[in-house]
Amino acid sequence: MSAGQRRLDIEQIGEVTVAKFIDKKILDENNIQVIGNQLFGLVEEDGRKKIVLDFTAVEYLSSAALGKLITMDKKVKAASGKLRLCSIRPDIYEVFAITRLNKLFDIKDDQEAALAGF
Amino acid sequence: MAEPVQFEVTIPSDTIRGHEVQEKILELLEEYSFPEKDLFGIKLALEEAIVNAIKHGNGMDPSKSVRISCHLTEEKLSVTIEDEGDGFAPEDVPDPTEDDNIDKPSGRGLMLMRAFMNLIQYNERGNRLTMEKRRSPD
Repeated sequence: MSAGQRRLDIEQIGEVTVAKFIDKKILDENNIQVIGNQLFGLVEEDGRKKIVLDFTAVEYLSSAALGKLITMDKKVKAASGKLRLCSIRPDIYEVFAITRLNKLFDIKDDQEAALAGF
Repeated sequence: MAEPVQFEVTIPSDTIRGHEVQEKILELLEEYSFPEKDLFGIKLALEEAIVNAIKHGNGMDPSKSVRISCHLTEEKLSVTIEDEGDGFAPEDVPDPTEDDNIDKPSGRGLMLMRAFMNLIQYNERGNRLTMEKRRSPD
């Protein structure tokens, strides 16, 4: 798998890594594969333990993208880390709510709330 | 009053071609002034349905194709998507919201289609999906 184009903006704030999605649409299979690999690399290669995924830019995502997020959550938990999601717009939040993934993930309104007490 | 539109396309098992059809349908919906909230759900449902047909139905086999037909009036969108696969039984797809399945990474596409569209109906073989969305009140 080539590294491909960078799909996440990474910022380190104290102990917490904030990964911001760059894409507006997380739909295409290849795209999702690349994003997944870059997410997993944060845990498996970089050993980061406290991760916030910021969805500010994201307007659409498909069930395949949800699958990657679930796998990411498992990898972070397996590494005894913590994952939070933030800045999810209402349309997208509905997708999480319909699939009950709002119960699986720790979702905060914005980045400030996600960083608080992490 | 806008005239009803109907078209049918056959595409190879290629998600890029699938996205082109998706975009065409969404452009038509915008021309027909369907509300934003409908567009989001329809786009998501089309994405899930076309990817399912290409990936699970045709197994990404480039020699197989997907037939998509669309009928749009001011009140309702109907889309039929047929692949060349063996089909599946929708009732056998496990409920992804069950506690035992909630952390499994697959199985949510069908659920999202059902949530965002008014009708999701498979033929008996399970290789042809008809879905409908009525325009929401403004």
